Amino acid sequence: MKILTKNMHVPNLREIGVYESLGGYQGLRKSLRDCKPNDIIEIVKKSGLRGRGGAGFPTGVKWGFVPKNTGKPIYLCVNADESEPGTFKDRLVIEKDPHLLLEGTIISAYALDCHLAFIYIRGEFSYGATVLEKAIEEAYSKGYLGKNILGSGYDLDLILHRGAGAYICGEETALLESLEGKRGHPRLKPPFPAVVGLYRCPTVINNVETLANVPHIINNGPEWYAAIGVERNTGTRLYAVSGHVNKPGVYELPMTVTLRELIYDHCGGIRNGRRLKAVIPGGSSVPILTADRVDTRMDYDSVAKAGSMLGSAGVVVMDESTCMVKAVRRITRFYAEESCGQCTQCREGTEWLYQILTRIEHGRGRAGELEILLDLCTQMKGRTICPLSDAAAMPVESYIKSFYDEFAAHITQQRCVILPAA
Amino acid sequence: MLSEATRQKIDALIRKYPHPRSALIPALWLAQQEAGYLCPEAIRDVAEIFKLPTNEVYEVASFYTMLYKKPVGKYVIQVCTNISCLLCNCEEIMAHLENRLGIGPGETTSDKRFTLMETECLASCGTAPVAQINEDYYESLTPEKLDRILDSMK
Ligand SMILES: Cc1cc2nc3c(=O)[nH]c(=O)nc-3n(C[C@H](O)[C@H](O)[C@H](O)COP(=O)(O)O)c2cc1C
Ligand code: FES
Repeated sequence: MKILTKNMHVPNLREIGVYESLGGYQGLRKSLRDCKPNDIIEIVKKSGLRGRGGAGFPTGVKWGFVPKNTGKPIYLCVNADESEPGTFKDRLVIEKDPHLLLEGTIISAYALDCHLAFIYIRGEFSYGATVLEKAIEEAYSKGYLGKNILGSGYDLDLILHRGAGAYICGEETALLESLEGKRGHPRLKPPFPAVVGLYRCPTVINNVETLANVPHIINNGPEWYAAIGVERNTGTRLYAVSGHVNKPGVYELPMTVTLRELIYDHCGGIRNGRRLKAVIPGGSSVPILTADRVDTRMDYDSVAKAGSMLGSAGVVVMDESTCMVKAVRRITRFYAEESCGQCTQCREGTEWLYQILTRIEHGRGRAGELEILLDLCTQMKGRTICPLSDAAAMPVESYIKSFYDEFAAHITQQRCVILPAA
Repeated sequence: MLSEATRQKIDALIRKYPHPRSALIPALWLAQQEAGYLCPEAIRDVAEIFKLPTNEVYEVASFYTMLYKKPVGKYVIQVCTNISCLLCNCEEIMAHLENRLGIGPGETTSDKRFTLMETECLASCGTAPVAQINEDYYESLTPEKLDRILDSMK
């Protein structure tokens, strides 16, 4: 079942004419013709759509939090920062079907009574920015953006804003700070951006994939959408699978698929006939799943029940040749590098985790250090302005707990105990 | 000194946003294009345009890894060494580059042609290992493929 990717094989889909010939912008026409802004919020609520950026918050509910009639403008920011290690699905939508993202953005902005929207795209996506820039120009020239869109009286401007290399700017309040021309330092919540966001005005931040679903929901109806997947986990996900599989890539599937089906039926199984060891199910920030969890259904709730999080649905597959100390050490280095430095627990904690893991990996680990690591993780969780600290602690904690003997052996034998891949 | 053309582009950017300060990072991008990095004069000029203290602009610039505060080579090679690339042998790619260029991460060749860096996930994990050279992505790399790419870069 393909929704977001169903047209991606069509040549030149990036061009507005091709997009229109496949039914593109019909969702926008229908919205402006038949719906009041609030109707769209209700439709999206009914569809069950949940955010694809990481936290999985119900999209329509989030939109409902925006206070209207405050006299302040309302802003919509598209989160195209896609920087969570192991995640590469938004890039696909941006590069292959930019108008789908634009159409979703315009409908959502209309629903929110927003007249200025932003796409915050990570600095590295230079090609994606070029594609979007052109698509935005086309949309303006066809009257899908600008004043009096399709004669409806509704006005919307859209600004593409390039980041400049900082993972934390994917966190929604850091994104807003960055968009205001500052360092990407997350803000304390509450107040939530829906109430006090960009320029202290009500603001909604949504992920690229989230918004790309909206035109399809409008075109086919919320009941149709809600019938895909399972209750509370409706629609498809773009699973971005990488690591030790034969056919890595982005697979769009309903959230009824199991990890086993994803790896073995869709991705051609594990490379070189090796055995599965572990899987990151939702980007580097989430706890690891061991191979015995392979029958977990890849929806938000089932992955949570299995002890992890669906997160960004960036699925990283590790075979038996993978050293878990080495893997989590590299992930930890990332968080140490990307911590914005505001909170002590995160700034110092990520660095300490990295140093201890480096010692263990290099055969200089000391007795008791696993307990120190676990203790550090406990102290890093739930105490900081934003969840980057938790995102650093959760993997370390879960890798140690799931592979305790492997970590312990690194210390007692003072070397890596995993044979390098042949 | 920033060129007149760049100044005009920055002015246009400032007019685009409801609050001028939002144009700061885009302006720094433009300023960087002039010398290939943000030299102190460029930062000073941008600060002047935005009526901000130079320190404050520097503070912003220093937060973002793609805004270079030091000169870089003509080609900046950024090899992703994050998790999916690590699982797909990015270490071999990095070692090959260090050997071929005779420099380590963070360094620039003496002829100023290549700067080598390690970078974080480029959102291209399905085609690991990956490197970004200036603006472009190079995917599913092998040492041989990399040699062909570098040979073509003059
Ligand atoms: C450290 C950190 C990094 C994040 N990076 C991203 C990102 O790159 N892209 C994204 O869409 N959401 C990211 N998020 C989640 C956003 O804060 C936010 O929840 C999301 O954009 C909301 O959109 P959604 O409701 O459509 O999912 C990140 C969160 C944290 C804590
Ligand atoms: S880990 Fe290298 S591109 Fe994602």
